[in-house]
Amino acid sequence: MRALFTVFRKEFLENLRDRRTVVSALLFGPLFGPLLFGAMVSRMLEQSAIEPDQPLKLTISGGEHAPNLERYLESQGVKLTAAALSEYAARAAVRSGASAVVLIVPPEYAARFAAAKPAPLLLVADSSDSQTRKSAERVRALLAGYGSGIAQLRLQVRGVSPLLALPVAVNEIDVTTPAGRAVVVLGFMTYFVLFAVLMGGLYLAIDSTAGERERGSLEALLSLPVARASLVGGKILATCAYMSLSLAINLAAFVVVFRFVPLERLGMSANLGMETALTFFAVCLPFVPLGAALMTLVASFTRSYREAQTYLTSVLLVPTLPIAFASVYSLKTKSALMLIPSLSQHLLMTSVLKDAPIAPLDVMLSAGSSLTLALVLIVATARHWRRESMLG
Amino acid sequence: MIEAKALCKRFGSIDAAREVSFVARDGEITGLLGPNGAGKSTTLRMLYGVLAPDSGSACIDGIDIRGETSSARAHLGVLPHAAGLYANLTARENIEYFGSLQGIGRDRLHIRATELARALGMQGFIERRVKGFSQGQRIRVALARALVHDPANLVLDEPTNGLDVMAIRNLRDMLKDLKSQGRCILFSSHVMQEVAALCDQVVIIGGGRVLAQGTLRSIRERSGIGSLEEAFLQVLGNAGGPG
Repeated sequence: MRALFTVFRKEFLENLRDRRTVVSALLFGPLFGPLLFGAMVSRMLEQSAIEPDQPLKLTISGGEHAPNLERYLESQGVKLTAAALSEYAARAAVRSGASAVVLIVPPEYAARFAAAKPAPLLLVADSSDSQTRKSAERVRALLAGYGSGIAQLRLQVRGVSPLLALPVAVNEIDVTTPAGRAVVVLGFMTYFVLFAVLMGGLYLAIDSTAGERERGSLEALLSLPVARASLVGGKILATCAYMSLSLAINLAAFVVVFRFVPLERLGMSANLGMETALTFFAVCLPFVPLGAALMTLVASFTRSYREAQTYLTSVLLVPTLPIAFASVYSLKTKSALMLIPSLSQHLLMTSVLKDAPIAPLDVMLSAGSSLTLALVLIVATARHWRRESMLG
Repeated sequence: MIEAKALCKRFGSIDAAREVSFVARDGEITGLLGPNGAGKSTTLRMLYGVLAPDSGSACIDGIDIRGETSSARAHLGVLPHAAGLYANLTARENIEYFGSLQGIGRDRLHIRATELARALGMQGFIERRVKGFSQGQRIRVALARALVHDPANLVLDEPTNGLDVMAIRNLRDMLKDLKSQGRCILFSSHVMQEVAALCDQVVIIGGGRVLAQGTLRSIRERSGIGSLEEAFLQVLGNAGGPG
């Protein structure tokens, strides 16, 4: 036990002096998520703030063929710009960004409209641009509204009730709570939390195994009268310490970011205060030894720093798998799912964000399964370290 | 005292050690001499217990290394072929880390490291971080690390590799000092001059087998040749060359 703490102290101290470890474990890893998140949500806020205020701009060509339509659009607050464009010129104008959306009224429009035949209109827009796509959608909705208005008038003139053309009337009721709506956006925040945990231990797991081998200190270490389990235990414990630190920094950063990002304006409420952060910390803590043991085990098989880095970057993606799976199949919190590490942490954190109650049994199952798997991996690592092939 | 008793080790189809037996006595420097790939490192690794022999045994001061690994290792200092240090720790921290793992208390350890710094001429850099040390400085720290628990026996695997002439000479003096303290020193080398300059006993190894052993003089006399180099070549030649 004493040897274990000696190894722990040395690994902790040595890596604290390594700039690369400190930057990746205690800066980049934990802050990446909150910063990206803050930037993204702010951007979303900006966009949604712009949208209703700004009048819809539409370039119209051949408007003289459809004066009624022009009047209707203007009455709906659309700012029309008249231009004489061929279809080809319109495409070029949209592609270059000179016009966001172009509506072309062909000369035959008037005659066909008068004859009550479908009158052609040409809408030119770029659907790959999220801004003009929204404008095009609004134009499309306005045109559909204009069309159905005309249709109803035509039916009435012919003595037919316009209601006949409306076989069903759909009303939508959205039951999302503001916190629930937030979860859609905050759903991937849970991955950033788990990512921060793993990033916190990445370099330490490499340095204490493959690094030890590469710099040639491993054989001297293995020739000491110390049980291999103590060496492995101390190294994993040090990795756990860095992961916990990274997790704490990550959650603190999220708390700060959420204080500055007014999620209420998106119709969301996010309960990410100190209390939630502490709950998250408790929920993720059992994941820490699991991540540390997994990375140490994988790194123990590698011969060099570089090789370890390659393998461990894929390990960083491991916790995404259950989470991605869960979102594809939109899994709900169930006790059986609590047996799957990373997914269980994801579901518990999501429940906390949703303000949904958490069953104590679920918390115990989540912690229990993660810790059991961690123990299995620690034993496997210690066994591997007893093998002669460790010498390389 | 270090004893190798009929040590055998196979890696796949290669016999790395075949019935290797010899004794390295206290107060003597024993040289394990052989060309590259002769089985020197394998033999030493079995002696300090990181490789298990397929058959045979190794004893340190009469304690079987496989039976009571920890107590046998406590009598043994090891300088492996790769004697890397922790670059972000100071020389003292490197030495004290190993001392602490050897079970030495903190206060005693501090005194011991200072003592070793004086004995091995490390006062100038004992408190500096190892990053950027010269090879000569590194070998001193690695040697101090191996000696931190004051072992009666010391095993060194090709310690002069990568050292310049001055550093080799210093190392030689340090080993002679350790010998005069009554320690048993076993070191491997593929350089004959080194062995000739330092050793009381020589074990010549080739193809995983002990080809000759004894004092320098007895080996020379037995082969009937004046220089160790020629004797070495002849012994190897009789065994059908290395490997």
